[in-house]
Amino acid sequence: MCRLFAVTSREPLSPMTAVHALNVMKEGHDGSGMGLFLTDLGGSFERFRGSPILSGIFSNEGLRALDRYLMDLDFTVKYKLSIRPAQIPPAGTPKRDNYVVRAYDYPPDWLALPQEEREHRLMLTRLRLRQMGEADGSMLIFSFWPDVIMIKEVGDPMELAGYLGLDHEELQARVILAQGRQNTNYAINIYACHPFFIQGYATMTNGENTAFVPIREFLTSRNYAGYTGYQSDSEVFTHILHYTQKGLGLGLDLYKHIITPLKDGELGHHPNGTKLKQIKQACRPLIIDGPNCVIGCLPDKTIFMVHDSKKLRPGIAGGSPGMFALSSEVCGLDAAIPARNKSTDIQPMKYDTVMIPPGRDEVIRWNQWER
Amino acid sequence: MESMGTLTPSTLSRTDLPWQLAWSREKCTLCGQCTAVCPVRAIELGVHRKRVVQVGLGLAEKPGNVFSVYHGIRQKTEPAFACIGCGMCDLVCPNGAIRPVRGGEPDKLRFHNNAGGVPRRRGGRRNDPRSLLDEIKFIRISMLTDPALDAGRHDFELRTLLGRILPPEALVRAVQDNGWIPPVREIYPLIIGSMSFGALSPNMWEGLQMGVAYLNEEMGMPVRICTGEGGCPPRLLRSRFLKYVILQIASGYFGWDEIIHALPEMKEDPCAIEIKYGQGAKPGDGGLLMWYKVNRLIAAIRGVPPGVSLPSPPTHQTKYSIEESVAKMTQSMAMAWGFRVPVYPKISATSTTLAVLNNLTRNPYASGLAMDGEDGGTGAAYNVSMNTMGHPIASNIRDAYLNLVKVGKQNEIPLFAGGGIGKNGNLAANAAALIMLGASGVQIGKYIMQAAAGCLGSETDRCNICNIGLCPKGITSQDPRLYRRLDPEQVAQRVVDTYLSFDTELKKIVAPLGRSTSLPIGMSDALGIADATAAERLRISHVL
Repeated sequence: MCRLFAVTSREPLSPMTAVHALNVMKEGHDGSGMGLFLTDLGGSFERFRGSPILSGIFSNEGLRALDRYLMDLDFTVKYKLSIRPAQIPPAGTPKRDNYVVRAYDYPPDWLALPQEEREHRLMLTRLRLRQMGEADGSMLIFSFWPDVIMIKEVGDPMELAGYLGLDHEELQARVILAQGRQNTNYAINIYACHPFFIQGYATMTNGENTAFVPIREFLTSRNYAGYTGYQSDSEVFTHILHYTQKGLGLGLDLYKHIITPLKDGELGHHPNGTKLKQIKQACRPLIIDGPNCVIGCLPDKTIFMVHDSKKLRPGIAGGSPGMFALSSEVCGLDAAIPARNKSTDIQPMKYDTVMIPPGRDEVIRWNQWER
Repeated sequence: MESMGTLTPSTLSRTDLPWQLAWSREKCTLCGQCTAVCPVRAIELGVHRKRVVQVGLGLAEKPGNVFSVYHGIRQKTEPAFACIGCGMCDLVCPNGAIRPVRGGEPDKLRFHNNAGGVPRRRGGRRNDPRSLLDEIKFIRISMLTDPALDAGRHDFELRTLLGRILPPEALVRAVQDNGWIPPVREIYPLIIGSMSFGALSPNMWEGLQMGVAYLNEEMGMPVRICTGEGGCPPRLLRSRFLKYVILQIASGYFGWDEIIHALPEMKEDPCAIEIKYGQGAKPGDGGLLMWYKVNRLIAAIRGVPPGVSLPSPPTHQTKYSIEESVAKMTQSMAMAWGFRVPVYPKISATSTTLAVLNNLTRNPYASGLAMDGEDGGTGAAYNVSMNTMGHPIASNIRDAYLNLVKVGKQNEIPLFAGGGIGKNGNLAANAAALIMLGASGVQIGKYIMQAAAGCLGSETDRCNICNIGLCPKGITSQDPRLYRRLDPEQVAQRVVDTYLSFDTELKKIVAPLGRSTSLPIGMSDALGIADATAAERLRISHVL
């Protein structure tokens, strides 16, 4: 089973905070992989907040191809983080040539573009690079977006953190999403590793998504270039979130109503029942059905947690003003924020969405009956 | 050589018939019930002469013959009276003295039941018991990583939608702008398909309607029933139960005068309007209600004179293209109910289904598409149509669904599959397979007749005389002497039993797949089949 941990803090944190939390939840995951999503960055990257940051793994040849491609597009490297792994990788971790985290300057002709168009081009560039590397595995691209760093690798999270030197002082973020374990239902594939990312939206999931195939078919038939991949059945959660917000212009409350709508009978007495029923019908193929706990981050740096409609996967939210965390297990939360008032911890139930807005003042909980 | 009487080319022996009556003289009480009940008068009183040779002891007396007569039954062998294997004689015989037995080799009757140059007509279904749907297995069982659900304890949302569903972007705009949102019905995915008032007896119709009303109002299951082409009894049109009914209009427009006139008095809108362009049992052929069944009641409801055969044309005479059909019929029907009622066409499954479907996707008033496969049933059709015409439903529904996926409209136009669902009794499994291939729901006819009223028909040519109004169970007869055999209350009870057991079985299928919050439409990763060609064609897993 996967274990998830997300933390949001006014002060930048090292990703080691999240890695430690994953480590104490180790009994619940098999240590076969780790994915990290860092945003609202601190450290050196804070200075380049508007610049797109490319995160990925490259062979030497892949790195050359990357440089050629981005230079042709007129991107210029502004800053790069040097990740120098130890000589011998941990058991099960492949030896890679380059872990890349680089901030770029936009091509000059992009600067005049509307933000929407620029963001679309960034996504297309990421997808193109991914495609270029897919044939020979020379490039693995996780994100190409301002103020976002992603690191993914196969292996035990704690060992990986040591191997990759994730305690690097440059690597700091105010929002961190971390997931332990690869998706073991399918062949090990780094693209199946959570969190998944698209245009500022990131989510990670604990559990299976039994409605995966119809959801994937629906998303891919939206004719939107970004809805691709799906090496893991959990990637659709990220894309549904993106579709809900960017495609339909709906809020996070509707995300919960779309993936786990109330039953028809329940909608009959919901104050907003008519509209919700229509949305349920129109978005019927996006209804999830698995045992799932979804933790995600919105472009405005709000982090949130929702469950499947039967709450078949655990999750807890807690912390104190300035620093909150969402965790699969309470021990992960304890490890990250031991000095908190535990009586205010929230274990969201099947109708709940919990979120921590970027102010980090409180955990906000609402349930589907309220909105 | 004794005379054999007149020997004509169509003179058949009992051996030449598909069914032979096995009769026991020892058990027979000569009550005559079998003779009376036989719907085709295959049994007649038999007076048999028997000779017994008597040989006395010794030589004094010469051997002699004693001739005696015994009474019993005789099976007629004229093609018009050939036993249909219904088994009613066995049902009524107090001693189990008689029963039909299927002949050991293909019969010779088939070459002769076209007297007067009229090919064989019958009711029933295609005479082929094979079913691809029965071969489909559900292979994606949730284990450990996603625990299987509990069919008995968890909540399940197994409803489906009938109606045009706007794409999410358009819906959000319509909600914001207070625009028109097409009507959508939330219904149970097992629909009682179109069987007309006329094809079915009044008692059968009443029983089905009562069962449907009970399921809706007492069991909370939004089950819907389609009228077929024969209109709708006036009281039902004006009752609150109309909302459980899908009104069908077909090329004969039978009964629509009554329906149109009832419009101002309707308390409820009907569930939907189904425009029949074809049916699976006799694709490309019109409906047919033979004169035997057109009594005064049927004639009144349909607006025709009694005692005449009612063939509907194979096509709607005023429509020569799909565009016309959609524009004229779908839109005008939608308009007749103020755009509050979904209107959708029903077609025979065909290799040209996608052409129809593609046109429907472009019309905002088309609310779905019902497709009826070759295994669909009928009250009356030519034998050749039933046995050889039509397209299997599985690949047709799959092609249609995948085509909708390609254009991104898989949630906008619900597909309903009919034809052979549960033909071998596996109703829930067949329905679930079709749903996972892409159907939003399924329509059944023959199954509910068998389960709710004891229809005797089979895919091996048993009974199948629905067309001539002699249904021995009273299901498809308009003769009160026959249909009073059927108690509507008991039919209703069986309808409810059937739906409740189906519901449990459907849950027993979807729960292990980890599905409960929505009907698993298009969940093709759950399906597998041992036939590699079928797997490739349906784009499901090949499993051995």
